[in-house]
Amino acid sequence: MATYSDPPAGSFQLSQLINDTRYRSYTFQIIALIALFGAMAYLVSNLLANLQAAGLNISYEFLGEPAGYDINQTLVDYNSQSTHLRAAIVGVLNTLLVAFLGCLMATVIGVVVGVLRLSPNWLIRKLMAVYVEIFRNVPVLIWILIIMAIFVAVLPQPRDFRGDNAEASMLWGMFAFTGRGFYFPMPVFGAGSGVVGAVFVASIVGIFGYRRYAKKKLFDEGKLLPVFWPSVALFFVPAILAYLVMGRPIGMEYPALKGFNFQGGIFARNSLISLWFALSIYTAAFIAENVRAGILAISKGQTEAAASLGLRPNRIMNLVILPQALRVIIPPLISQYLNLTKNSSLAIAVGYMDLTGTLGGITLNQTGRAIECVLLLMLFYLTISLAISAIMNAYNNAVKLKER
Amino acid sequence: MKKSVFLGALTVAGLTAGAAAAATLDDVKARGKLNCGVTTGLVGFAAPDANGNWEGFDVGVCRAVAAAVLGDPMAVEFVPTTGKTRFTALASGEIDMLARNTTWTFSRDVDLKFEFVGINYYDGQGFMVPKALGVSSAKELDGATVCIQTGTTTELNLADFFRTNNISYEPVPIETNAEAQPLYLEGACDVYTTDASGLAATRAAFENPGDHIILPEIISKEPLGPLVRHGDNEWGDVVRWSLNALIAAEELGVTSANVDELAQGTNNPEINRLLGTEGTLGEMLGLDADWAARAIKAVGNYGEVFEKNIGENTPIGLARGLNAQWTDGGLLYSPPFR
Repeated sequence: MATYSDPPAGSFQLSQLINDTRYRSYTFQIIALIALFGAMAYLVSNLLANLQAAGLNISYEFLGEPAGYDINQTLVDYNSQSTHLRAAIVGVLNTLLVAFLGCLMATVIGVVVGVLRLSPNWLIRKLMAVYVEIFRNVPVLIWILIIMAIFVAVLPQPRDFRGDNAEASMLWGMFAFTGRGFYFPMPVFGAGSGVVGAVFVASIVGIFGYRRYAKKKLFDEGKLLPVFWPSVALFFVPAILAYLVMGRPIGMEYPALKGFNFQGGIFARNSLISLWFALSIYTAAFIAENVRAGILAISKGQTEAAASLGLRPNRIMNLVILPQALRVIIPPLISQYLNLTKNSSLAIAVGYMDLTGTLGGITLNQTGRAIECVLLLMLFYLTISLAISAIMNAYNNAVKLKER
Repeated sequence: MKKSVFLGALTVAGLTAGAAAAATLDDVKARGKLNCGVTTGLVGFAAPDANGNWEGFDVGVCRAVAAAVLGDPMAVEFVPTTGKTRFTALASGEIDMLARNTTWTFSRDVDLKFEFVGINYYDGQGFMVPKALGVSSAKELDGATVCIQTGTTTELNLADFFRTNNISYEPVPIETNAEAQPLYLEGACDVYTTDASGLAATRAAFENPGDHIILPEIISKEPLGPLVRHGDNEWGDVVRWSLNALIAAEELGVTSANVDELAQGTNNPEINRLLGTEGTLGEMLGLDADWAARAIKAVGNYGEVFEKNIGENTPIGLARGLNAQWTDGGLLYSPPFR
């Protein structure tokens, strides 16, 4: 400060703090800061005094004690003798799982609907408008409950698969769609399956390499190489060949009705599916509007200029409009992702054991450590949200208009 | 953002602790209304009737306390609480007492700083399954999908039961009893587990109660009782002895029908002390002499409350069992009024 204001020594008067525009804003900011800290200190001391008066203390020791309850969907090893901390980690992973799946599906649906809302076809345009308005304007909790209720009521239960005249049957003997969730075959990896996996990964890398090569060819020499079918071929052919050459090392474990439930295979619970679906279609409605706004932000002249160069509508969208629209779409998209992640805390409505269900639900109830649990919950959600923000901001920086 | 939320949490916690230290009896008298925490709706225990009046077994305890303290059994504000919100509601002072089939456990009593004033129902956790499933014992439930209410002792008991019997299960956590019913009836879970009394109450609300059976295993002790905050012993005494008055009244043969007549004075000194014609028990509690007579007049004695709401002649159809008077081989045993 002193370097640029440089007042003559001894001439500084206290009244300058208010009257001098050089200092005034600092004065008020410091007063506000002191008031803020004072208020916080008062609240904290009030809390501590009251907790002490009630004979309570803040302690995180409960995190190391056995949780005592079971969780249905666990991505890491967990049983009822694991600690509360472990239960919280199971909850965090479940939150991240549904948030990740939800963001993915919401983006796909949102982009498709957003583009279709601008379709020249009247029927499609209006249908998409109806979708957006319906899903955007009903609270997401209601959607979660409705989808779960329909899921449970409409799909057959395992008991319907039983008996000789079963009301329901499995699809191709491999998939079972029940009110309790979906059962899929699970791959069982035998010896030599590593080679097949490696070939598969290599072919994915190959697809990206080929697409880059095709793009370079287009930009440098103006030659248009076919992209779609070679990609499909690269995706399937090498992996299948490796599979046959290695003597079919990967088997399938099919779900089968045993006792009360289907056993074996991969089980996607009704709670996960309905939560995922509800969050996706709800958030997709908002994303669709962002996408539409982004596209409309590109002047019509761009489309017309591209068309006059002879580009077809698909290519205009992919090569001219979307790359420019992305820089308008991505910032609001970040907040939609954050919204979806935070909305996933409604999971307990359908019995999905996310972080709010484990740490903020059962653990909180069993230990009675409400303040500690809520503080931890806030910390976790804050961390998750900031991480999503950071990743998306990095992506935004990568695609934004490079200005020189 | 983080800061403001943090402050909010602190403020709430601050208020919580501040309210807990106040003298509840004076507050209730000044307010002229008792704030009583009950379930969000469990037929027989606490549920609003067609006219919106709460009634049930737990509601009876609330009304008895209101009658004893305020002289009016209807001066109760019922606050519906879930398994999750009940303790926060009580600790924060939102409610004066909690009568919500809550199990008396060590950690709730000691660690959560509550005071259980007595036991109004001796219960145990049971299992309900559809008859069509052909299951006759809980030990045959290997691999079953089980609906449980979260935030209760039941999920801990369940985990222990399946672990000790070395069988597996798939838990489906449910927030309230009302949400559990459709899931169970549609078949999304094979088994519904909660306190046996709650199962009976839930089953009574089904379209075809006969299609469902309650398995014989009772896997836990669930002493249910009303509770108040730790540290306000005067108020705890009022609620404790209101409950004991109902229990003692049954033992002594005092009913809502004959209480007026007996309150004129009898030759049984214990009845006289209970009904306030002898001694100064009411004064010791900070109430007037006929506090207990009013409570009994309002809701009847323990047996009457039981028979009216959950007894064998109601749709719930619970037998007295453990909840009979000690003189009849049950566990109900009120300390003497002296």
